[in-house]
Amino acid sequence: MADTTWDKTHEAQFGDYVELLKPRVMRLVIFTAAVGMFVAPVAVHPVIAFASILCIAVGAGASGALNMWWDRDIDAVMKRTAGRPIPSGRVEPGEALGIGITLSVMSVVMLGLFANIAAAALLGFTIFFYAVVYSMWLKRATPHNIVIGGAAGAFPPMLGWVVATGGISIEPVLMFALILIWTPPHFWALALWRNDDYKAAKVPMLPVTHGTRTTRNNILGYSLLLIPVSLAIGFTQIGGLVYFSVAVILNIVFLLGAVRVFRRSDADNIADKFRSEKQLFAFSILYLFLHFVLLLAEAALRGFDLAPTFPVLL
Amino acid sequence: MSFPEQHEIHNRRKGRNMAVGLLLGAFVVIVFSVSLVKLSKPQNIDATAPNFSTMVDSE
Repeated sequence: MADTTWDKTHEAQFGDYVELLKPRVMRLVIFTAAVGMFVAPVAVHPVIAFASILCIAVGAGASGALNMWWDRDIDAVMKRTAGRPIPSGRVEPGEALGIGITLSVMSVVMLGLFANIAAAALLGFTIFFYAVVYSMWLKRATPHNIVIGGAAGAFPPMLGWVVATGGISIEPVLMFALILIWTPPHFWALALWRNDDYKAAKVPMLPVTHGTRTTRNNILGYSLLLIPVSLAIGFTQIGGLVYFSVAVILNIVFLLGAVRVFRRSDADNIADKFRSEKQLFAFSILYLFLHFVLLLAEAALRGFDLAPTFPVLL
Repeated sequence: MSFPEQHEIHNRRKGRNMAVGLLLGAFVVIVFSVSLVKLSKPQNIDATAPNFSTMVDSE
């Protein structure tokens, strides 16, 4: 800033700072947090709902900025991330750190004032978990990094629920588990064809450390584990017949995709340029999105007293 | 007192300043709106409850 000649070619623009907050991840956070809040049995005042979701989104964005600050060295090496604000030289590392810490503190304090202390504490823990436990400790240390990163991404629906109810019950835990267990097969499908990037950046992704065979086995394993979690939600008070029926179909398709990936070899991949892996990756996004859309639909049906009777066992 | 010539950096920074200004304005509006909600029923009776009604009895 003490640059008196003013010839800096890349003065950071507002959009560069917005990019630090990972707006695409933020969109997903807003959606899942909103669903978590709306399916909760307690209605939230619309103004407070809006303000709380904003806090959760900004908190997630702040942890994204901290992650970009910490990972700027490997981001510069990988094709997918080389264009991020810090490696491309548009934002100084110190600025990202400052924005990350400031917005983290602000979002936690404001959520405590807007909603309740439990939600604020959980948001603070989420930011700590993503920025410190995942980014700083485990991402570069273990091939299970994705499982940990998945946990960080799984908190938003739980946060929404806690904003509404002030506490935790089986429903938010199952929504958490759904995203947690969904993340590894989702990300490993991507990692299979982005392997060289992670190798270059020395990030211990499973295909780099244990080979593609182990990765395929793990994709299938997690996909099997995902089924009981997905279906169990159907038997809670936020699930129902509509959710359950569609979830059965989604799980069948997902499992078939995982089995196809499981059966393939590296030679198949080279032959058709990772077609099955890309298909599984694309469908996994739809799979998760539709689960939350279904939960919203069930909440709407309940609101209008149109939900068909379905056993609530959990 | 003479001002130095307007450099184009000032134009570029203008956009950034406008955005930060709008952001701060929005923050004020949000805090004020939430305050209004919290100062009316039922939040002004039970300050710990952020919610305004119960649809279903949670178990």
